[in-house]
Amino acid sequence: MARGSGASMGVEIGEAPVTGNAASAVRLAIEARGLVKRFAGTTAVDGVDLSVPEGAIYGVLGPNGAGKTTTLRMVLGIIDPDAGSRRVLGAERPQDVARDIGYLPEERGLYPAMKAAEAIAFVGALRGLPLREGRRRARELLEAQGLGHAADKQIRHLSKGMAQQVQILGTLVHRPRLVVLDEPFSGLDALNQARLEGMIRSLAQEHGTTVIFSTHVIAHAERLCDEVAIIAGGRVPFAGPVEVARDRIAPAVRLETRAIDGPWRAALPADAARDGRFWSFSLPATGIEPLLRALIEGDAGILSLSIERAGLHDAFVAIAGEAAARALAQDKSEEAA
Amino acid sequence: MSAQGGRLSTFAAAMVVARRDFAAILYSRSFIFFLLGPLFPVIVGALAGGLGHRMETSGEPPALRVAMAPADSAAMLRARAALAPQIDEALPPMVAAAAEGERQHRNIGAVLSGTPARPRLSGPEAQIEAWRGPVALVAATALHGLPGPVPEVSLHATASSVASDRRGRMATAQGAQTLLFLLTMVLAGMVLSNLVEEKANKVIEVLAAAIPMDAVFLGKLFAMLGVSFVGIAAWASVAGLAIAGVGQGLPMLAAPAVGWPAMIALGIAYFAMAYLLLGSVFLAIGSLASTVREVQTLSMPVTMMQLVVFFLASYAMTQPGSGAEIFALAFPFSSPFAMLARAAQEPALWPHAVALAWEALWVAILIRAGSRLFRRRVMQSGPAPARKRRHPAQEVS
Repeated sequence: MARGSGASMGVEIGEAPVTGNAASAVRLAIEARGLVKRFAGTTAVDGVDLSVPEGAIYGVLGPNGAGKTTTLRMVLGIIDPDAGSRRVLGAERPQDVARDIGYLPEERGLYPAMKAAEAIAFVGALRGLPLREGRRRARELLEAQGLGHAADKQIRHLSKGMAQQVQILGTLVHRPRLVVLDEPFSGLDALNQARLEGMIRSLAQEHGTTVIFSTHVIAHAERLCDEVAIIAGGRVPFAGPVEVARDRIAPAVRLETRAIDGPWRAALPADAARDGRFWSFSLPATGIEPLLRALIEGDAGILSLSIERAGLHDAFVAIAGEAAARALAQDKSEEAA
Repeated sequence: MSAQGGRLSTFAAAMVVARRDFAAILYSRSFIFFLLGPLFPVIVGALAGGLGHRMETSGEPPALRVAMAPADSAAMLRARAALAPQIDEALPPMVAAAAEGERQHRNIGAVLSGTPARPRLSGPEAQIEAWRGPVALVAATALHGLPGPVPEVSLHATASSVASDRRGRMATAQGAQTLLFLLTMVLAGMVLSNLVEEKANKVIEVLAAAIPMDAVFLGKLFAMLGVSFVGIAAWASVAGLAIAGVGQGLPMLAAPAVGWPAMIALGIAYFAMAYLLLGSVFLAIGSLASTVREVQTLSMPVTMMQLVVFFLASYAMTQPGSGAEIFALAFPFSSPFAMLARAAQEPALWPHAVALAWEALWVAILIRAGSRLFRRRVMQSGPAPARKRRHPAQEVS
């Protein structure tokens, strides 16, 4: 379930990318317009718009190769866009607010010979945190995560999951206002994924930190995010609240009737499919009431009726297309393998 | 509460990187090998001693200055010219004292005074002994032609001469150049390894996101420079102890023209410049390579170039005032070597200030260019190459 349902308004504008929040009414941590990046003739990112509200948990959802990392790198100023503009925490140049940003790149990297607490303090020092204070906070953070015993262990002696947690703590040690995590769940086991989800929620809810993360696992975005941007082929066909994305798909109706045939069948939607006594179809735009009336008047004998709201996955398939959904599924299965 | 504001200044960020690298290298095994490094060149140097001697003697040959009465000097020079077609190689080059204003002959081995009938040779003992016979022959030719009686040449040995001073200084220059070359090669190689390690550790994006890439480059270069100073201090201590222990048994280098204190200061400055120049090129190479093998392949031409530069500087040292020397002094990569050799041979200090400024300018240019290249190359694509190969249409993410 999304963290904050309907916190901001979403509107659909025909075939154009959808912007889910009312940018003028919400303070934005990140505002990007028309970002374009080309590499050696390939357009990696093609006119991406992002509006990330302050204090929100925001997901950038898409398969590998969709342009997520390139978009985040442009937002952070690691690479410059070929076109478009971005504003981060109110600054035109992300470098001007570098001390307020924490960033976990997709490629995890730590110095193997460094001790865990030192590694965290070092990343903090890069963001302007004095080393002494960084070391103190590093130990606090490690203790809070149940990793106090690892503070003086070299990174090379930690498990992959622990090392990744150390790097995530390095991202947070200077207490940034904006945290950008590129595929933060990749490589973590289920337990550590749950821990990280808890950490992300805590950052936003308890500290008011804006968290933006990219993922190709829809479930994480669905559980955590207030808003998402769906990115495929370097474009963003949808950006807005998770609820708005889900609302783009009509809920699925599953109906069980005693009778199999009768004049009431004419009232069923055209996409209705039968499996024994069960009928499956999308909720008509007119709602369920006219259909129920027809079923009752036609003596269909309603045995059960369920209406299921579409999940983010269905919304993703509808918005990004089957090809992107297949790529997403493949990425997930490859990671699991 | 966060530390508000923009990112660290380039210098402050470079210091953060340098401190980490410095500590990491100092406590690594590679530093032990670095400390042991000079053992190898000492062995190689001993083996190559003969070659060095040949290089030393390949410079401008020592000449005999004729300081007789003008008519006698002219007669002696004419006699030498007359003998030259038969035995030119056996005769010392002779310059008349009066002609020196036209072109300063830097390498005077001995002075010939007196008259052709009673010539007097002054200079280092070995030199005047070697020239005694040829001078007698030239004097006899000047007096009455050959055959005929050969006059007695009186010898006046001196403790030193311009030529022997020059030879000694050339040896000092050669030693300084060699030391500089070996140090820079070892260190630049270590910087390259360090950068490759950085890429392997995948820390680079964390650094690039937080601080200017120039700072990453500078930090790495400074760290290695600091490490090298620790190494030099260690070697100097060992050398000092060895000299104290062995004392007179060790060969002593001739005092350089600028004096030892200035020579040591200039040596450190030129070492820093030579290392920063080469190190920044190696860092740029590191940005082009994605594997250790690629790094080795790409660094090979630079290593070869550095060898050529070293030989150029060594050659230029023996050709003062030549085009080769001027080129070696001006070309940024050979300039530190050539200038250090010059410090051993020429007393003027102001050219060193100019040269150091020139070299520093090139260091700045190379670091900036290297860091830009690095940023463009390293950050242009996402990870997971295996997955990308399966999705060729989606090369970047």
